[in-house]
Amino acid sequence: MSTNENAQSRERGKAPAGERVADWADGRLGIYSLAKANMRKIFPDHWSFMLGEICLYSFIIIILTGVYLTLFFHPSMNEVEYHGSYVPLQGQLMSEAFNSTMHISFDVRGGLLIRQIHHWSALIFLAGMFVHMMRVFFTGAFRKPREINWLFGFLLFVLGMFTGFTGYSLPDDLLSGTGVRFTEGAILSMPIVGTYISMFLFGGEFPGHDFVARFYSIHILLLPGIMLGLVVGHLILVFYHKHTQFAGPGKTNKNVVGMPLLPVYMAKAGGFFFLVFGTIAAIAALAQINPVWVFGPYRPDQVSTGAQPDWYMGFAEGLIRFMPGWEVNIWGHTLVLGVFIPLVLFGVVLAALALYPFIESWITGDKREHHILDRPRNAPTRTALGVAWVTMYMITLVGGGNDLWATHFHLSINSITWFVRIFFFVGPVIAYILTKRICLGLQRRDKDKVLHGRETGTIKRLPHGEFIEVHEPLSQEQLFTLTAHEQYEPAAVGPAVDENGVERKIKRSEKLRAKISGAYFGEDQQIPKPTVEEYKEITSGHGHH
Amino acid sequence: MKKLSARRRHPLAALVVLLLALACTGGLYAAFAPASKAQADETAQSLAIDEGKKLFAVGCASCHGTKGQGSSDGPSLVGVGAAAVDFQVGTGRMPAATSQGAQVPSKKAVYTQAEIDQLAAYIASLGAGPNVPTEAEYGTEGADIAKGGELFRTNCAQCHTTGGKGGALTHGKYAPTLEGVAPKHIYEAMQTGPQNMPSFPDTTLTEQNKKDIIAYLNAIDSDETVNPGGLELGGLGPVSEGLFAWIFGLGALIAVAVWVAARTAKAKKS
Ligand code: HEC
Ligand code: HEC
Ligand code: HEM
Repeated sequence: MSTNENAQSRERGKAPAGERVADWADGRLGIYSLAKANMRKIFPDHWSFMLGEICLYSFIIIILTGVYLTLFFHPSMNEVEYHGSYVPLQGQLMSEAFNSTMHISFDVRGGLLIRQIHHWSALIFLAGMFVHMMRVFFTGAFRKPREINWLFGFLLFVLGMFTGFTGYSLPDDLLSGTGVRFTEGAILSMPIVGTYISMFLFGGEFPGHDFVARFYSIHILLLPGIMLGLVVGHLILVFYHKHTQFAGPGKTNKNVVGMPLLPVYMAKAGGFFFLVFGTIAAIAALAQINPVWVFGPYRPDQVSTGAQPDWYMGFAEGLIRFMPGWEVNIWGHTLVLGVFIPLVLFGVVLAALALYPFIESWITGDKREHHILDRPRNAPTRTALGVAWVTMYMITLVGGGNDLWATHFHLSINSITWFVRIFFFVGPVIAYILTKRICLGLQRRDKDKVLHGRETGTIKRLPHGEFIEVHEPLSQEQLFTLTAHEQYEPAAVGPAVDENGVERKIKRSEKLRAKISGAYFGEDQQIPKPTVEEYKEITSGHGHH
Repeated sequence: MKKLSARRRHPLAALVVLLLALACTGGLYAAFAPASKAQADETAQSLAIDEGKKLFAVGCASCHGTKGQGSSDGPSLVGVGAAAVDFQVGTGRMPAATSQGAQVPSKKAVYTQAEIDQLAAYIASLGAGPNVPTEAEYGTEGADIAKGGELFRTNCAQCHTTGGKGGALTHGKYAPTLEGVAPKHIYEAMQTGPQNMPSFPDTTLTEQNKKDIIAYLNAIDSDETVNPGGLELGGLGPVSEGLFAWIFGLGALIAVAVWVAARTAKAKKS
């Protein structure tokens, strides 16, 4: 079809230059049909679907600014004397890495701004991924067919954490050096392999002469490379699966309602990129981040109080800070539980997040595809578990900053640490119970609304003197939206005998599954949706209720 | 030889050396002190001591005892020296409002410098201790700022942070921020080691070292301080940066996202 048109337009004479270029390209690449099929891709309109875009754009900004930094940064631990323009460090011995970071900050045109954009967008990138992930979690968007994409996203988050950590360590300043020392301690706490891994990673005793150069290749090549691949894969899958959407009239499991990718969404997305870039640049121009000149160069014999990692590693810091300093001695080997247990917990907390979709699908036994999102209240147990996880995460963050809360709120650091120790366990339980109650309360309210209509706030006095509030029935659309969710039945353990009447061995996993399923969907774990009969009975005849 | 080195480690050895040293300096002082000038100084001195004693009886004795010997509410001040008084009263820590609480905070000074000098003279008369440093000692002339920075990071940053912003110690105690602290008080803090701070006598940090540190602190906290990059966010490091990134960074971006999403919805309706 496109070639036909080409021929015609040529006959008619000169087409506009742009069109001719497009034609030329299309004749060789055949983009038109590809584009036509995809240009009508639909993206729904909801701000929470733009969280992923915030992540994508900040990632792009990080790469662009990172490339600029590589032009001036020297990843070397050779010792040099500082002779730059920052007086309070002049004549100090430092690594070339620190020296070049100082050079970027004080003597390279735009260097400090780019450094600050790089770092601020790193913080925002990870915060964005965190919230994006929570959006996906609480709406159940991770269900089939999107489990793989959930894993991609999860990996991006974890790799982002480590990319950030390695980048943060590059300037070789006193603060980040303390963080690297911390990491070395965590590695050393691993039984048997710890010392070997540490010697391998640092090329000998800490800090050695290698780690900056090694972190550098990891930071600018290895991890961003993998992440770029994952981002592309992530987006391809989003494209391929199409977007999820909230339930509503006209929205089914088989369609997507929203704006076409081109031109509307593309224009919007392009504009949004510049808005994100502008916002981050403004923040970087206004607020200082990581002032390495205040920290000074790293020396293993120096340490500063108030040493924290960037926020995304803060929960690891918290786990270490509130863990009692236990140590056991086994056959002459010291096992530093005070560090090793936090290291294990670090993995467990993250793994719980990664594996949740698989756990849930095992519990529900649901093998169907889901393109319609859940409202968090309609999946009370999942929502409660998620809030419990977030609570635990936040409490470890509080633990990670215990010294600052102590000085700024005039508290005792010991009390804060004890608070965190207790609430690490108790907090999630309280959060779970509370969230579940709130969800059920909201479900009940939805049910009331469906059956009795919306409260109008108008009070009417009946002839016999009784006061009632007038309820207005909901529109058909609202009724649909509030009742669109489906509810699972708790899974039952299969019959004790098989089809031949032979006694069947019930697997332990099957019993476990039934039990958990009961906790998810059993009695009192969800409010049954109003049935059609209920609705008819109430709405027929008497007007008020 | 062996015997001598073993004795040197005897717990009382330090005391013996100290007594010997005191006896020597005392004797030397008596021998060499210019007699007439010392006399004049002495009268002024004893006047100050008398005034100080009166002030002490009113403002301090309730906690430190009538002769500064200490009580259940305050430690003995015998031998803490004039420098300790000048620091404690000059930074407003003394007179303490209460002897309870984790740590006596600094506040606006209650006494004038003249009164502080008198109090200091009185306390110094109770027992020898570090003197109030002179401007020649705490002034930053001839100081090496960068060296001071290095010394600060080695000796002080573990409690006060590299930027001197202060940090938490156990059970509600804290190392305060060093912003705006007078050079003399910095010197005295090092000399006397107030409350939970260790003292850094000249044997650990020489007079020159102290000068360097003061010069460094002055360089990172004065009108000419170079600290580019924008708002410092309290200089508290990654915690305040993280909060800022979440609230103002991601917060602003989400606000923008909401705005953008709302824009199209409107266009669709019209
Ligand atoms: C409410 C009780 C109280 C009052 C009044 C008070 N002090 Fe103190 N003072 C204390 C306590 C308690 C400490 C010990 C603080 C610490 O080291 O933790 C102290 C410590 C000191 C020290 C430091 C001692 C050292 O070892 O370095 C000096 C000097 C001092 N006081 C002088 C004074 C002077 C001078 C006054 C009167 C102007 C005064 N104090 C009034 C309670 C008091
Ligand atoms: C063990 C922790 C610790 C170390 C190390 C330490 N300090 Fe302190 N510093 C403190 C504490 C605690 C206080 C508060 C004392 C008080 O309130 O009486 C303090 C108070 C001070 C003050 C008084 C501030 C004010 O508000 O008046 C100065 C000045 C000071 N320190 C300087 C230094 C310097 C310089 C060094 C290094 C040579 C140093 N400190 C090392 C814990 C420490
Ligand atoms: C997900 C991706 C990335 C994250 C989260 C990230 C994060 C960081 C952080 C937090 C720093 C410390 C900055 C500071 O000094 O305050 C840093 C430094 C650095 N990054 Fe990245 N970065 C990423 C990708 C990249 C890429 C792709 C490059 C290069 C192509 C790069 C190059 C650099 C360089 C050269 C430095 C050291 C320069 C300096 O600190 O002054 N980064 N990075």
